[in-house]
Amino acid sequence: MRQWRPYFVSGLVEAVGGPALYLLALGLGMGTLVNRNGSAALGGASYVAYIAPALLCAAALQIAFSECSFATFGRIKWRRTLWGITATPITPEIAADAHVMFISTRLTLSAVLYYLVLLVFGVAGGPAGVLMIPIAVLSAMAVGVWILALSATIDDDAAVVFNLVMRFGIVPATLFSASFFPIEQLPWVIRPLAWLSPLWHGNELARDAALGGLSAWRVALHLAVLLALFVAGFVVARHRFRSRLAS
Amino acid sequence: MTAEGVETIIAARGLTKSFRVKGGETVHAVRGVDVTVCRGEAFGFLGPNGAGKSTTMRMVACTSPRTGGELTILGRDPDTDGVAIRDRLGVVPQQDNLDEDLTVRENLYIYARYFGYPRAYCRAKAAELVEFAQLTDKAEARVSQLSGGMQRRLTIARALVNDPDVLLLDEPTTGLDPQARHVLWDRLFRLKQSGVTLVLTTHYMDEAEQLCDRLVVMDGGLIAAEGSPAELIAQYSTREVVELRFTPGEQAAAEDAAAALAARVEVLPDRLLLYTDDGDETLAAVTAAGIAPLSALVRRSTLEDVFLRLTGRSLVD
Ligand SMILES: Nc1ncnc2c1ncn2[C@@H]1O[C@H](COP(=O)(O)OP(=O)(O)O)[C@@H](O)[C@H]1O
Ligand SMILES: [Mg+2]
Repeated sequence: MRQWRPYFVSGLVEAVGGPALYLLALGLGMGTLVNRNGSAALGGASYVAYIAPALLCAAALQIAFSECSFATFGRIKWRRTLWGITATPITPEIAADAHVMFISTRLTLSAVLYYLVLLVFGVAGGPAGVLMIPIAVLSAMAVGVWILALSATIDDDAAVVFNLVMRFGIVPATLFSASFFPIEQLPWVIRPLAWLSPLWHGNELARDAALGGLSAWRVALHLAVLLALFVAGFVVARHRFRSRLAS
Repeated sequence: MTAEGVETIIAARGLTKSFRVKGGETVHAVRGVDVTVCRGEAFGFLGPNGAGKSTTMRMVACTSPRTGGELTILGRDPDTDGVAIRDRLGVVPQQDNLDEDLTVRENLYIYARYFGYPRAYCRAKAAELVEFAQLTDKAEARVSQLSGGMQRRLTIARALVNDPDVLLLDEPTTGLDPQARHVLWDRLFRLKQSGVTLVLTTHYMDEAEQLCDRLVVMDGGLIAAEGSPAELIAQYSTREVVELRFTPGEQAAAEDAAAALAARVEVLPDRLLLYTDDGDETLAAVTAAGIAPLSALVRRSTLEDVFLRLTGRSLVD
């Protein structure tokens, strides 16, 4: 948390400016185009309202990625502060827990800001739309814990590995997880790939919170997948922290 | 060394550590170390790079599980009581790992918090240690603005936040300029005087001689010798050494003649070392034998000579 302080102001600008920009560009620009052709495929919602929950989730995932990758790896390899911390009664497992807690808190704050921006634009859905905040945090951390584990594992080629994860993981997941269009628009052969994407589960849940439309069992299923991913990744990350910092 | 009334702080028997590295090979970093460190002692590991000093220190610091042997720190086993032991240790790692975004004071404060002390106590402790580190006028400066020597002093001060039973220092002055080293030695000497148990590693024989009551000479993951600096010199070297330097190419011709003049002669690439109890007498004999070095020097034996005798190599390459 202490490391966050210097970045507070720039973080705030980014947190509010980013969503506003996306909403304006994608929502209002593309939205007029899409809405003109009818929004039946979007379940009747306006295009901006359709993409708003996904933008929130995608933003959370972006932040989770940067915090769990370079920022965490730096504390292990470049600045080595984690070695100092684990020379005290703090164990590697507690250090991993602290990372998950700190990053989740940071994600929550960003998601709240994002949600407020959506509210201002009138695309935050009904009162249940506020649930988009915990949903976005959960789906981002379901990925984040695995990246934490990765950061505690890789060594010299970190920049290459993180770029691969970004290019072949985060970016395609953001594009093809029903963020900007329903996955029914995808050819059926690649549709199962979207099912594997944690972001898809998050998007579906967030959109349901804002606009409704999912049956209870599907909500439960999406939640179960995200929780399982998160818990499994958390366990792996704790193990990786120990094997790295107490080798 | 475990006489009655003396508390054993560290006891290692047959301590080993192996690393499995990529490619399936195993590196045997520590091959069997026996040491006993008592309360109030200043104990040193003297050895060249790669001797296994840091690996040993990390096992003692309970941040690296041992591969084999016995290890007891403060009467406890690191494998089962790591947290409780670390609570009582101060650790100065070979590489500083201060938080460069924070100020000097914040680093001390946060580190004290990791030991679970209340905020007020941590604030007071930070203020006290800022003084100890002689960083009073830098207290609110960011660590990234400090010189290497200042950062090292801060790392040592940080290791004292919990008033440790033993302070572990891995190469405390490596990479510092002579002046910064002397300032640091002064701080460590003060700690030693105040009764803190010090365990340090170094590849500087002058550092070992200055600070250590007792030390082990370490090489290739094993202990080659043990004793006080004076004992080691008495046992493995002579009282004095005559150093002869020659113009390049002329040393070889003098080697045989020199060998007859001293109890032992070491041939280094750039000089000859004649081990003797009376340096001046030997130097006179050198001159009488018609050996004409570029320069000649009589000095007392050091731990460097002990290391050379034990391993056939120099400490610093
Ligand atoms: N984590 C590690 N993995 C593999 N080999 C290691 C590791 N740490 C140290 N070593 C090897 O163990 C040997 C001793 O290293 P070290 O304890 O750092 O020596 P010193 O501190 O005396 O210079 C070296 O050969 C080093 O390469
Ligand atoms: Mg070392």
